[in-house]
Amino acid sequence: MDFTFTPEQEALREQAREFLAANPEPSWTQLAELGWTGVSIAEQDGGAGLTFVEEAVLFEELGRALYRGPYFSTVALTLPALPDDLRAEVAAGETSWTLALGPLVPDLDTADRVAIVGGDGIYELEGEERELLTTTDETRPLGVVRGGEPGRRLADASVLIEIEARAQTALALEACGVARRALEYAIEYASTREQFGKKIGIYQAVSHPLADAYTRLELCRSLALWAAWCVANENPQAWTRPSLAAAAAKSSAAESGVAVCETSIQVLGGIGFTWEHELHRLYKRALGIESFGASGTTLRAEIAAALLNENPEGTPVVVPAPVSVEQGG
Amino acid sequence: MDLRDTAEEAAFRAELRTWLEENVPDELQGHRGGAARFDGPAMRAWSRALYDAGYAGLTWPKEYGGGGAPYTHQAIFLEEMARAEAPPHVGVIGLGMAGPTIMAHGAEEQKARYLAPILAAEEIWCQGFSEPGAGSDLAGVRTSARPDDGHFVVDGQKVWSSFAHLADWCILLTRSDPDSTRHAGLTYLIVDMHAPGVEVRPLTQITGEAEFNEIFFTGVRVPVENILGEVGGGWQVAMTTLLHERGTLGFALQAALEVQVRKLIALARDRGADHLQRDRIAREWIEMEAVRFTNYRSLSALMKTGLPGPEGSISKLVWSEANQRVTKLALEILGPDAALSEGNAPYGGYWQYQQLRSRGNTIEAGTSEVLRNIVAERVLGLPKSR
Repeated sequence: MDFTFTPEQEALREQAREFLAANPEPSWTQLAELGWTGVSIAEQDGGAGLTFVEEAVLFEELGRALYRGPYFSTVALTLPALPDDLRAEVAAGETSWTLALGPLVPDLDTADRVAIVGGDGIYELEGEERELLTTTDETRPLGVVRGGEPGRRLADASVLIEIEARAQTALALEACGVARRALEYAIEYASTREQFGKKIGIYQAVSHPLADAYTRLELCRSLALWAAWCVANENPQAWTRPSLAAAAAKSSAAESGVAVCETSIQVLGGIGFTWEHELHRLYKRALGIESFGASGTTLRAEIAAALLNENPEGTPVVVPAPVSVEQGG
Repeated sequence: MDLRDTAEEAAFRAELRTWLEENVPDELQGHRGGAARFDGPAMRAWSRALYDAGYAGLTWPKEYGGGGAPYTHQAIFLEEMARAEAPPHVGVIGLGMAGPTIMAHGAEEQKARYLAPILAAEEIWCQGFSEPGAGSDLAGVRTSARPDDGHFVVDGQKVWSSFAHLADWCILLTRSDPDSTRHAGLTYLIVDMHAPGVEVRPLTQITGEAEFNEIFFTGVRVPVENILGEVGGGWQVAMTTLLHERGTLGFALQAALEVQVRKLIALARDRGADHLQRDRIAREWIEMEAVRFTNYRSLSALMKTGLPGPEGSISKLVWSEANQRVTKLALEILGPDAALSEGNAPYGGYWQYQQLRSRGNTIEAGTSEVLRNIVAERVLGLPKSR
């Protein structure tokens, strides 16, 4: 058992953090030049032949940097549906994609092409009209598509199980990145701001909520990395039901991301409530992550059904060894 | 990153699982943490069996009779022990706290004298740290150790000492300099629990059982060679002990929580749960998995760098509060039957007992308040509150 990143993965994180700090609004071409668009695409298709774990590193950093662009919609949402020739175009930075899983479609302003789910397949949508909607979180635009015709059939709809796991895990990782940045602001502020003649971090009314925020964040990060490892190392094509790890990660990290931001806003007091400070943008991204796709409540209902063996399709992967309650007495 | 057991870890786990299936005595299995756990002869026999099979002191160096195994084996051991609902080695204080402290600070003669009998469960240890006036604030220790003709004469009272009624030895934190305050002037002693002047009184707790004891020391003579570390250097030695107390403990706690959540799920299947309860069951399962993988992250960092990851410091805090929620949720699912206890209650009163016992979880081995201070100050680097 080894739950650490390799030196190469750590180097990728450092590279990402430095690059995104210097280039807060990178273009798709820039991301392709860094090799980020082709991380998990096979080498013969121009990618790096790595895994979702490396993509996980990037999702966390992109969340932290409040990246605005079609990386999530291409790499998390659409990539599993793309045939090899279209993957090669993504790796080369020639095209970006988004997938219309529901009525609200992300990144319609920046994604080159749109895929839709129809019947038993996923198709490219051609000739559609796109309309952007106003959103609280301006870093992940949402819109609707109207009209258009299904074009090339990209994949069987069975790939949606993998897409769902990738999307939930990527959102969980983004939420961890967002929460980390928000927590750093709060720690910095509590370590310098003085009231009643003392730094406010001395007061346990301030420090204990921050300790709890850190605790929530680390627990969620563990779940998100577990889910990422499952996507990378299990065989998602063989999954017959949604990933419980991804559901656990998304439900937990999305809610905790919001909660950590709220704690940080409270610790920063009036400053945290201003438009000027970055915190509100982190908070809005966290809220956007929480509302994207299935809610925490919905995901937990799915998890409970699986745990209580009420999903007839599923195999009980969760509790391997039978334990009799009577043993306890 | 690879979350699977290595081939070697898998083999160790499989062998251990089989051994536990064949060897855990029926009367000790599925213990409630109660009377059976403190039954001297049965527990000593069980502990001896663990030792004979090579499972006592897995990570202790071979030169001291341990297994010289990596921490992952200790983690696997604790996981499998909890899953089998096997009782712990009766020498938990010796194995987890006294032994590592003696290895770190002891003289060679002390290592030769004390370590081997801990592993073989021939000698049982208890811990004498907390006092009526010194709990979370351990530096307030007042039990005195007065030098007298090659001895220290110890007077005072210790409290919350598990295993003291069975123990042969006590790791005792004393104040050897009567004019000192706080962290200076403390001396760490190894005290013979059979010496004249040592009196142990059981403390009956919220569950009606006596798991802890008070220890009274009246003019107890302790030879100077029983000092661990330096005279006046007791605080540093005590910190080593507490570091080990909270070390791989996280794995045992996570595994215990996993058993608890599994039983909760079985209970919900058996008795039914409404939508709100199901949401909370899912939350607790998620929390349990989160603690598992947080422990894995911390342990992996320890294996690679020699230092546990900072995230490991949250395990005990999270576990204790999760165990309180899980047991209370179980009572809620039991409905009016939750009011019954022991033989008249469903499942022999398991959940009623567990819920009451869980209230101690946020107090023992570092209160949640102290643990939050530790996270705030040592992990987040916030200014110190004291």
